[in-house]
This record gives sequence, structure tokens and C-alpha cells, in this order.
Amino acid sequence: MSGPSTYEPKSGFTKWMDERLPIIRFGADLMDFPTPKNLNYWWTFGGILAACLAIQIVTGIVLAMHYVANTQMAFASVERIMRDIDFGWLIRNIHANGASMFFLAVYIHMFRGMYYGSYKNPREVIWILGVVIYFLMMATAFMGYVLPWGQMSFHGSAVITNLIGAIPLIGEPIKTYLMGGPAIGDPTLNRFFSLHYLLPFVIAGIVVLHIWALHVPGNNNPTGVSVKDVKKDTVPFHPYYTVKDGFAIVIFLILFALFVFYFPNALGHADNSVEANPLQTPAHIVPEWYLLPFYAILRAVTFDIGPIPAKLLGVIAMFGAIVVLFILPWLDTSKVRSMRYRPVARSLFVVFAFASVGLGFCGANDPDKFVFNFGPDKVALVYTDTNRQPQREVSDDYAALRARQSALPPTAGAAIEVQSEGFKWLWLSQILGAYYFLYFLVFLPLLGVIEKPKPRPASIADSVRKKHGSATPAAAAH
Amino acid sequence: MSEHGSKTAPIAGAHAGETRRDFIHIAAATVTAGGVAAVAWPFVQQLAPAADTRALSSAEVDVSKVPLGSEIRVLIGGQPFFIRHRTPGEIASAKAGDTAQLRDPATDDSRLVKGADGNLNPAILVTSGTCTHLGCVPVGPAQGSVGEFGGWYCPCHGSHYDTSGRVRKGPAPKNLAIPKYEYSSPTMIKISL
Ligand code: HEM
Ligand code: FES
Repeated sequence: MSGPSTYEPKSGFTKWMDERLPIIRFGADLMDFPTPKNLNYWWTFGGILAACLAIQIVTGIVLAMHYVANTQMAFASVERIMRDIDFGWLIRNIHANGASMFFLAVYIHMFRGMYYGSYKNPREVIWILGVVIYFLMMATAFMGYVLPWGQMSFHGSAVITNLIGAIPLIGEPIKTYLMGGPAIGDPTLNRFFSLHYLLPFVIAGIVVLHIWALHVPGNNNPTGVSVKDVKKDTVPFHPYYTVKDGFAIVIFLILFALFVFYFPNALGHADNSVEANPLQTPAHIVPEWYLLPFYAILRAVTFDIGPIPAKLLGVIAMFGAIVVLFILPWLDTSKVRSMRYRPVARSLFVVFAFASVGLGFCGANDPDKFVFNFGPDKVALVYTDTNRQPQREVSDDYAALRARQSALPPTAGAAIEVQSEGFKWLWLSQILGAYYFLYFLVFLPLLGVIEKPKPRPASIADSVRKKHGSATPAAAAH
Repeated sequence: MSEHGSKTAPIAGAHAGETRRDFIHIAAATVTAGGVAAVAWPFVQQLAPAADTRALSSAEVDVSKVPLGSEIRVLIGGQPFFIRHRTPGEIASAKAGDTAQLRDPATDDSRLVKGADGNLNPAILVTSGTCTHLGCVPVGPAQGSVGEFGGWYCPCHGSHYDTSGRVRKGPAPKNLAIPKYEYSSPTMIKISL
């Protein structure tokens, strides 16, 4: 796609350099890279993600200068960053909110890829590297969240390590190796800090491979139609997409700044401002928002299947939700890339996107609470009958129940409770979780066979010309 | 397309060769430079001593506890200071030094501060404990070596200080510095960085 290099060194120095380390040529070729001329703003999220990674690394290095990885001092050292270090509040707020912005961008980037079929032949490796990056981001963010040593840090990491412990045979040893002791403690905190520092650089390395792999077939585009004529279908990356990406990054940074300066704690959890106390778990324990859909899938599995207990099944479902992403290029059997031309797949994709976000809400809510109530609350009388059996009488009439209660002997221990009926978050997460897997494992494989796609434009240039209503290719000539 | 046209179309009244595109480039580069500077500032400033570190930058010392003819050493924010209780002989030798050939001329009186009663207290000399050559901590009466002039001796490269803390011999260019301090009572001093 990139074709032969068109760079020509002009000065004596650049000529000298070009024969030794052609790094200037490398940069020039990157800037000159032929890019489809019809990319929309969903394509700016790659650049936004690069900016996010750079921001996390720079702010993280600064935080590491002041942070102390010791269970006695970690919380206080983070408080010191917030109160005593000049601009420490700013740098920590950027880093903590930066993680959220990073995930926001990566989710948009991934949904973009799914909608426009960017994972299909010949871009499978780009997609797989992307899923690897996403997985490493989750690991990095999880370990980062442990570092401030708040209540959520501690008990959240306890939950996750216990999850891993649920895997048969290898689970327990892995868990012990992760924790380095009988419970989350100093050894855990130190290794998490070390890995939290390392993994972002591993991510940066995989980003390089991701972009390398991208530069072999070149960018996909909203039509999904391959570039046929480099002259007519593409424009050089610079200045066309440097400016477009730059503009999008600025808009994104405005949203970012809004959180950092006005709502720095909106995405966090109040319990993490309380120092870790191993003797007391917070009443409501949830991960950060970007992990909630997986948490919902984990909790949705409340039933055993044959010999597999619910706990293990939940873990399998949760990891499975990520594993399906790796094999997505082979699950989707349709040759048509862009869902613009796949009416059925498009609708199912929209439902999938809503289901994923909905799973996030399920993860944030208590599974036994209600999404909505079936009707007004009722009252129930609970007591022990003469055969020592528990009894429950439900009614709308409080006064009547009250009378029944006083009629019962004191040994019945009668009490009146509110009784509500509603649609449980658990059920919603089971429905949405089922849809998540159906979409990947049933709908996408089948649709490629049974769906009749709409006609596609003959070329990128053609689709651009149609959109702008000009008959001649003159306006788009380059 | 029009943006290509503007490359060569001069703005009315502007010098030939200057284009709207140039203006956009300069404006964009200026805004970017401003943004980079605004972001760089907090990232550099975070390296400065933090508020809690700055808060630890003074200490009170009870000078009546210093034995006659010796000194105590205090660390303030990690920096050493000497508080010396001079004998009448040492005070006399310091006064005598006022008229000697000095590398960094200063009278002994100029190196003292007024006590709570408004008079100089020549018995108590407070100096920095950092040799002005390359920053070693000189040895003094408590370490058994006071150098050729009765004050301090720096073992690193052989600087000799007199009983007023003035450099008299060796590579040090300046006298031992006098820190900021004041008497908060007849016997208490407060030293600040
Ligand atoms: C992929 C990029 C990264 C992500 C997603 C990420 C994520 C996070 C998260 C979620 C936290 C907890 C925030 C809080 O509530 O305080 C955190 C804390 C921390 N991170 Fe990172 N991080 C990244 C890169 C880095 C790098 C490269 C470093 C060091 C070079 C670093 C150093 C730290 C330190 C020292 C803390 C503890 C201080 C604190 O809690 O604010 N991070 N990180
Ligand atoms: S440091 Fe004291 S003489 Fe060199």
C-alpha cells in the first residue's frame, strides 16, 4: 500500500544520514502515507489513544517520583501528592481521570472497528494486537487502582485475585504467586507497582506493532471498500489527517479537562478515599466503570451447569467475553466489511452496543435490587407458626396485618416488612450477557451466510463523489 | 480547490509572498507553544520542595545547653548547622582576627546577632555546617580537631576556619555562612533556612 518511498534528502546532512540511519526517510514516509480520503471522525480515536498513552506515561512517571509502595505509607504518600507537592493534585487528577478517558477512547475505537469491519481480512493481526493492548490496559489499570491503597483498592484486588483462585488446578498457585503471601499485602503492592510501571511501556511496544501492521494493508474506511487507485482514493496523511486528528485531540482534551478541573472525583469511588482496612469490606464493592460490563457478566452466572459450579462458570464467562474478541475475525463470516451495507448486522450491532453499555449499568447496581418495580410496594407479615415453620403473609392492607400481628402469640416473633416485587438487575444482566455471546457466536457467523448485503460503491472516490453530488472527479483530484 | 488557491493568493495590502496560510501556521505554532509551556510548568514545578518539606525548614535550639568550649550540631531539612559556645579566649582570638589578612573579610561582630536584650551575645556563634569549598562538614572541638586557627578544620581538602567561622587557610573561598536566626528568649534561638 505504501509503495516506494518518495522522500529525497536535500541537504548534505540529510543525505549523509539517509545512507546511515534512514530515520528521516522513515518519518517522511509515515507523514506521506496514503490514507483513504473518506475517513470520518471515528477514525481520529487512534490518534487520541496515542495521546492518552503518552499522558498516562508522563503523569505516571511524575507520580512514581512521589509515591511510596508500602502498605504503611502508600495512602499517606498519595495524600501528600494531593496536598503538599506543587501541582500534585493536578498531576494525580490527570492520571486517575486519564485512565477513564483512555478506556472511553479505546471503547469507541473498538466499536468503530466492529462497525466498519476493520478486523476482517487483511487486518486480522491489527485487530488481535489491539485486543492484546486492551487486555494489557485492563491489567495495568487494575494494578494502578491498587496503588493508592484505599478501601476499594484493597477489597477490589482481593475480589479479583480470588476470581483467579476459582480456576481449577492452576488458579490457587497463580493467586499465591500474584499475592506473594496469604493475603494482599506489602509483597502484592510492590509487585503491582513494578508491573504497573512496566506494562505501559509494553503497551507502547505493541502499539508500534499495531501501527506497523496497519501500514501494510493501510487504513480501512467507512465504505469498507479497498483502495483501488492510490491517486484517486487517498490523500497523504500529512497535512490532511494530522490536522483532523489534531483537531479531534483538542476537542477530546477539552472533555478531559472538564473532568480533571470540575469533576475530578465523578468517575472514582468515595470509598477509595478511605485508607485500606483489611478487617472491613465496604458495603458495596464495585470495580472502576470501565470494567463493569465484565463484572456484570461474572455475576450474571448464578447457576451451576453439570459439574461446573457457578463461581467457576462466572469466571469462564468473564474471560470468555474477552477471548471472543480475539477470534472475532473468524466468527464474522461476511465478506462485506462495513455495516453500512449490512442492514441486519447493523441493527444487531446497535443492540450489541446498547447491551454492552447496559451491562455496565448492571455491574454498577446490586444484582438483587430492581431495575423497575412491578407495582406499588406491599407489606408482609413474617412469623413462626406453632410447628416452628417460618410463615409469610403478603397484603396491601397494613392495618389488617397489624391486627393479625397483635393476635399472634409473642413466641411467633411476628414482624412486618416492606415487600416489593420488581425486575432484578440480575435478570437484566443475564439477558444482556446472553445477547453479548449470541451476537458473537451465533448472529455474526450466521449472518454472513444468510444476509443479503446492499450494493457497495465501486470505489472510495466514487462514494465521495456521490456524497458531495458532483458528477466530475475534478473536485477530488489530487 | 480553494485551499490550494489561497497558497498563492496574497492578502490585499500584504507583502507579496505572505499568505493566509503563513498566518495560520504562525498562529497555530504560537498557540501550541503557549499550550506546551502552560503544561510544562506544573510538570517542572512538581520537582520543587513540597509544602511539607518547606514546612520543616526551621528549628528552635536551647543555646544554654551547649557546653562551654564546645558546640552542638543540628540538622534542619537535612542541612547541618553549628551552635558553638565560645570560651573568652576563643572570643578574644576571633576579635583579633578582625584585623588579619582575610580571604572573605568580615568582623566577628558582623557574624553575631542581637539577643533578646538588644546586645550582641559573643559567647554563642551560629554558623552553617557546610564547608564553602565543596560541601563537606568540617570537624570541630567535639571531634578533637579545630584546625590551625582554633575553629574548624575541613578534612576533605584541608580548609581551616577560625573561631568566628572565617576561612583562614585552604581551598574554601568563603567564610562559613551565618544562617537566618533570632533569639526568641534569652536562651532560645530559632534558625530558619
Ligand atoms: C496504560 C497506562 C496507564 C493506566 C491505564 C494507568 C492507570 C492508573 C490508575 C487507574 C491508577 C489509580 C488512580 C487513583 O485512583 O489514584 C493509577 C495510579 C498510579 N499510576 Fe498509573 N496508569 C498508567 C500508566 C502509568 C505509568 C507509565 C506509571 C509510572 C511510570 C504510572 C504510575 C502510577 C502511580 C505511581 C500511581 C499511584 C498514585 C495514584 O494513585 O495516583 N502509571 N494508574
Ligand atoms: S569541602 Fe571542605 S575543604 Fe573541600
